[in-house]
Amino acid sequence: MKIVVTVKLVPDPNAVRRIDPATKRLVRAGVETALNPFDEYAIEAALQLKERLGAETTVTIFTMAPESMKESLRKALAMGADDAVMLSDPALEGSDVSVTSYAMAQALKKTGFDLILSGALSDDGNTGGVPGALAEYLGVPGLTNVRKIEEIGDGRIKAQRETDSGYQVVSGPLPALVTVTMAVGEPRYASLKGIMGAKKKTISTLSAADCGIDRLVGSDGAKMEVVSIAAPKAREKARVVEAEDGAAGAQAILDFLRERKLV
Amino acid sequence: MNLDLTAEQEAIRRTVREFARERVAPRAEEMDREEAFPYDLVREMAGLGLMGLPFPEEYGGSGADTVSYALAVMELARADASTAITMAAHVSLGAMPFYLFGTSEQKERYLVPLARGEKLWGFGLTEPNAGSDAGNTQTKAVLRDGKWIVNGTKAFITNSGTDMTAGTTITAVTGKRPDGKPEISNLILPQDAPGFTRSKKYRKMGWRASDTRELVFTDCEISEENILGARGDGLKNFLTILDGGRISVAALSVGLARGAYDESVKYAKERHAFGKPISKFQAIAFKIVDMATEIEHAELMVLKAAWEKDQGRDFVQSASYAKLYAAEVSHRVVNDAVQIHGGYGFMDEYPVSRMYRDQKINEIGEGTNEVQRMILAKLIGL
Ligand SMILES: Cc1cc2nc3c(=O)[nH]c(=O)nc-3n(C[C@H](O)[C@H](O)[C@H](O)COP(=O)(O)OP(=O)(O)OC[C@H]3O[C@@H](n4cnc5c(N)ncnc54)[C@H](O)[C@@H]3O)c2cc1C
Ligand SMILES: Cc1cc2nc3c(=O)[nH]c(=O)nc-3n(C[C@H](O)[C@H](O)[C@H](O)COP(=O)(O)OP(=O)(O)OC[C@H]3O[C@@H](n4cnc5c(N)ncnc54)[C@H](O)[C@@H]3O)c2cc1C
Repeated sequence: MKIVVTVKLVPDPNAVRRIDPATKRLVRAGVETALNPFDEYAIEAALQLKERLGAETTVTIFTMAPESMKESLRKALAMGADDAVMLSDPALEGSDVSVTSYAMAQALKKTGFDLILSGALSDDGNTGGVPGALAEYLGVPGLTNVRKIEEIGDGRIKAQRETDSGYQVVSGPLPALVTVTMAVGEPRYASLKGIMGAKKKTISTLSAADCGIDRLVGSDGAKMEVVSIAAPKAREKARVVEAEDGAAGAQAILDFLRERKLV
Repeated sequence: MNLDLTAEQEAIRRTVREFARERVAPRAEEMDREEAFPYDLVREMAGLGLMGLPFPEEYGGSGADTVSYALAVMELARADASTAITMAAHVSLGAMPFYLFGTSEQKERYLVPLARGEKLWGFGLTEPNAGSDAGNTQTKAVLRDGKWIVNGTKAFITNSGTDMTAGTTITAVTGKRPDGKPEISNLILPQDAPGFTRSKKYRKMGWRASDTRELVFTDCEISEENILGARGDGLKNFLTILDGGRISVAALSVGLARGAYDESVKYAKERHAFGKPISKFQAIAFKIVDMATEIEHAELMVLKAAWEKDQGRDFVQSASYAKLYAAEVSHRVVNDAVQIHGGYGFMDEYPVSRMYRDQKINEIGEGTNEVQRMILAKLIGL
């Protein structure tokens, strides 16, 4: 079985994020690149499947990103993925969800897959729109918010979808796309052996032309335009209640809440 | 000249840093308080490949280099010195003698499970009356009917009595050399050898979650083949092990100092006195800057020694410089770190109080500061 994990390369989630007011894009310069944290759960789910299904199963990492970010994929290979494929083309710069998903679909048709695993949300763009659109462009079923893959094989997948009140069991034909939740299990640390071995694994690169991308892509093809960006209003300074004793303190807090009709 | 780490070294540092921060640091205070050996963390470190970090994959290791090893020890020590010494002593003292001096049969039998982290192994050089003067070994072994009969005592042996310890390699006098001096050899003492007993854990000022014991051999019998390296090479070979071990303790010192520095920066920004954060007082800021400067210096010295070892060069002098300097830096840093924390730094809940206690051994273990100065004086030609 060929499993492909879509991994977005995002600015280090622990670094302070800045948006360039002119381009309205995230400033990546000077910030380290990391694997999108939710996608690490997808990698974990893929590696668990590989352990379950045995040697015939391969895990390929797929990303659409500038080629300069290539080395950032080594961590995924060190965790245990077999190889990686990048879709890199200057024409793709400034893509929105719809163009990103179209371009990714074209590339994934080229690489082939039985199962695509994705995180549910990127740490930077944060729309959560890509996996659904990607499944649509590929014409495969999309099983979202999966916490556990119960069965896979014989051309079908059965999985538990997390919901607000519990879970649903859903099933569909393969190939399929699955987005996972954090319930699949904490992403493993790369072992030192994995790190040493990652250097020898291949990261291949596809251009837009390689994948037969013939529509307008990048900012030219984007249907969406970021019009303006504003920071949320800073929270007011918290009021500190100082009181003689507990009762007086409780009263002061109660008065405060009543004033605002919160109780 | 190029001071960049390779991609692998960088990745190993980052992975161990994350592991230490997420898995080790939150447990450090409790482990210290309970003097609890962290079996589960050792298992996790084995899974990561840390317990066999520098050994080739064919022996169950990770195949990484000494620079990576030093970085890994630093990152562990930054979170918890006990966990770091458990790993470092296992790798550079316990397993390394098999790698450097073992026959292929001994490597297969002993090194492989150690490198995989399935078992731990001790290094028994020090005795109650032979520390810095390690050549004064009183432990004796005589060969009788194809068996070594061992009698003697070893003191302060790390990792020697855990539930997963498989044995200890020791120095013992096995005869007399032609020049009349004692012939010292290395013997492999499996945990279950008849006549081999271990004391309870010592109660210690620091490294309290690491396992340190006294070993007693009373007519202890082992097979004749349980000799490691050539007969009579025991002291020389163990001193070679300690040359590499200095990189370990130097890295431990840098890591510990870095941990105390991290805590100091955080605390100095949070703690207010006289209406401002104490970091705004020059007296505090300068202390922190001095810490950072000295740590940077010590770290470069450790990496240089490790790099020389990886290049197959003579690293003895660099390792000794690094061990001496880094140990003394760690002393100054933890002292200032507690000072910056004021009274809170004296309280067990604050990591710097543990670091203060954990620090002192860096100036004693694997060659005291004085011993380093003696080695260096000789190397300089004084
Ligand atoms: C501040 C900001 C706001 C934006 N707002 C919008 C908007 O409102 N509408 C819009 O159309 N676009 C928007 N974009 C652009 C959007 O981020 C990009 O189109 C992006 O390539 C895909 O969307 P996402 O990051 O939201 O991914 P999401 O849909 O949140 O990502 C979900 C999953 O899809 C996969 N995935 C997504 N991108 C990639 C990739 N490049 N390579 C591999 N896998 C991937 C990953 O598995 C990821 O976990 C915005 C970008 C920024 C920086
Ligand atoms: C927690 C812990 C773990 C340890 N783990 C191990 C282990 O795993 N294996 C092992 O073999 N050992 C281990 N040791 C022992 C350690 O290496 C020794 O304690 C150390 O080498 C010092 O020896 P000593 O304690 O006998 O001190 P001594 O040698 O008695 O030294 C006492 C003092 O005299 C000074 N001194 C000695 N000789 C001279 C001289 N010629 N000139 C000037 N000053 C001198 C020393 O520097 C020191 O200040 C451990 C010790 C501790 C505390």
